[in-house]
Amino acid sequence: MATKTQEVEQKGGQSRHRSLGLSDEQALRIYEVMRLARAIDERMWLINRQGRAPFVISCQGQEGAQVGVAAALKPGYDWVAPYYRDAGVVLWFGMTARDQMLSFFARREDPNSGGRQMPGHFGSRRLHIITTGSPVGAQLPHAAGIALAFKQRKEDGVAAVFFGEGSSSQGDAHEAMNFAGIHKLGVIFVCENNGYAISVPQSQQVAVQNLADRAAGYGFPGMVVDGNDVLACYEVAKQAVERARRGDGPMLIEAKTYRLTAHSSDDDDRRYRQAEEVALWRQKDPIQRYAKYLRESGSLTDAAEQEITERISQQVDEATEYAEEAPDPTPDDLARFVYKQEPRF
Amino acid sequence: MATRTVIEAIREAMDEEMARDPSVFLIGEDVGQRGGVFLASDGLFKKYGEYRVIDSPLAESLIVGVAIGAAVNGMRPIVEIQFADFIAPAFNQIVEEAARFCYRSAGDFNLPIVIRTPYGGGVHGALYHSQSIEATYGHIPGLKVVAPSNPADAKGLLKAAIRDPDPVLYLEHKRSYRLIRGEVPGNDGVVPIGKAEVKREGTHLSLIAYGLMLHYCLEVAEKLATEGVSAEVLDLRTIKPMDEAAVIATTKKTGKVLVVHEDNRFAGIAAEVMAVIMENAFDSLDAPVMRLTGPDVPAMPFNHVLEEAFLPNPERILAKAKELAAY
Repeated sequence: MATKTQEVEQKGGQSRHRSLGLSDEQALRIYEVMRLARAIDERMWLINRQGRAPFVISCQGQEGAQVGVAAALKPGYDWVAPYYRDAGVVLWFGMTARDQMLSFFARREDPNSGGRQMPGHFGSRRLHIITTGSPVGAQLPHAAGIALAFKQRKEDGVAAVFFGEGSSSQGDAHEAMNFAGIHKLGVIFVCENNGYAISVPQSQQVAVQNLADRAAGYGFPGMVVDGNDVLACYEVAKQAVERARRGDGPMLIEAKTYRLTAHSSDDDDRRYRQAEEVALWRQKDPIQRYAKYLRESGSLTDAAEQEITERISQQVDEATEYAEEAPDPTPDDLARFVYKQEPRF
Repeated sequence: MATRTVIEAIREAMDEEMARDPSVFLIGEDVGQRGGVFLASDGLFKKYGEYRVIDSPLAESLIVGVAIGAAVNGMRPIVEIQFADFIAPAFNQIVEEAARFCYRSAGDFNLPIVIRTPYGGGVHGALYHSQSIEATYGHIPGLKVVAPSNPADAKGLLKAAIRDPDPVLYLEHKRSYRLIRGEVPGNDGVVPIGKAEVKREGTHLSLIAYGLMLHYCLEVAEKLATEGVSAEVLDLRTIKPMDEAAVIATTKKTGKVLVVHEDNRFAGIAAEVMAVIMENAFDSLDAPVMRLTGPDVPAMPFNHVLEEAFLPNPERILAKAKELAAY
């Protein structure tokens, strides 16, 4: 039950994705979703800094961990409980650039919340993305409950829940992992450890080097993985999913990664971290790293890259234009959906 | 019509709903082998097995959080929080999560969850086994809060709560569990959420209450009758959404209202009832609306002198009602 570090298999480096069972097409799809998540995020910052939208919260730097894990799941069958940075997860599960931009501009048509929540508060019943609030950590027991329902119905569905190392300090994180361990529930706990909870560094959050060590206390394995290596994340998630479907219980995956932006558009990260540190991590950018691998393995040609770039740029442009023009909610919308079944007399 | 106690009616409602719908399950502390500390689920573990009646770890936030996830994935959980006094660790899951799921997803998600919990005093339960929580949770949009007083309402409202698509906090007065007996319809008697009921007709004044206090008010109405005062007794049954029409109707009928509850006074349910009356039936009043409630001290102490000093009783309700009648 000891924590293991997922060793990245660099040998046969030309075909890592194929040895993981991913076709060239699937490997490129992963790349495109990572890039789309980044491109939407960058556009949001631009619009925010122009004063056209009040708030951004970013996925930048964590796309490898997000898409790598999500790609091991079955969208529409499995469930995800994301946190506010998980644009990569929800895009893999079927959300679109337009959905994200509608959320960003808080329009009536926003499928996440009808313009009620800040951007990054994802949710779609159809896409099996549980609705998320702002108090962190609450989604971990939800994932355990989703997995419990699968177990009660003797189905092999999996619930993957994503959270930062800051959220791991919440009581709900402990309670959920404990319960999932007791009942060997099909939950994959994915800690995207980006080193900071807003400004508080990991050293002030936990006394251990690896969050994954905690898994031992709950009776299931914990794995540390390089969160900026999307294929390594996919590989460990695939093991976790297979294990969960077999009924062998949860796994805690700690993806060590980094947040390339400030916490949000209202944060100034120069107050608590060094520019040199950020610059160092920029060189480890999971998208550039994966692009390099894909090119070296011959899976990504210049022409394919060009096509992807154009497709993404077109999607982001279209989504931005559509969402910015889309109507706001009306004042009458304020009182709708307090209840599914409004009380009547 | 079979005669049941309140606790038997609750057990019967859960049993019948679990038999009717395989997605209904119970989760809570000691609800399995033990059958619950008050035996509300006695026999259900044996009948439905460990994944329909789940003994949870001692972690209230988890219990509610797991129920939310299970409800999202097609189940209809009944949560038992062992005592209302222990619900606070789940406050975030109830208020920030369950109560907001529908609203924050613009109707995309809804949570058919019942949170059952014993509340109220008069059983030497002291500070942490006697509390009333209806005002705290009644304040929360997105939650429904019910507090039945008798076995028929307990069964019918629990069935309604289990079938409701939204989260319902179902409050069980623990003193009423074995104290109150009554007839329970054998058929599928669902009592609608949001409907009060006149439990005794009267013309001179109205007593409005719920839970254990409702029975004290009925006792007082009986005594008042011997003195020539005709008291109407309205059982709110549902705290939220409150049956404002019923409150207004009894006020217009009698012109004098006394609201009774054991929860603390400040911003309590009585204050809300009084506001509804002032806004809608001021012209019908023949006296100021009065209230008799638990005091604004944290909770009922263990010592019997202090416990009795906290809890409204028939003598004090009678005195207040006479004051109102004489106004």
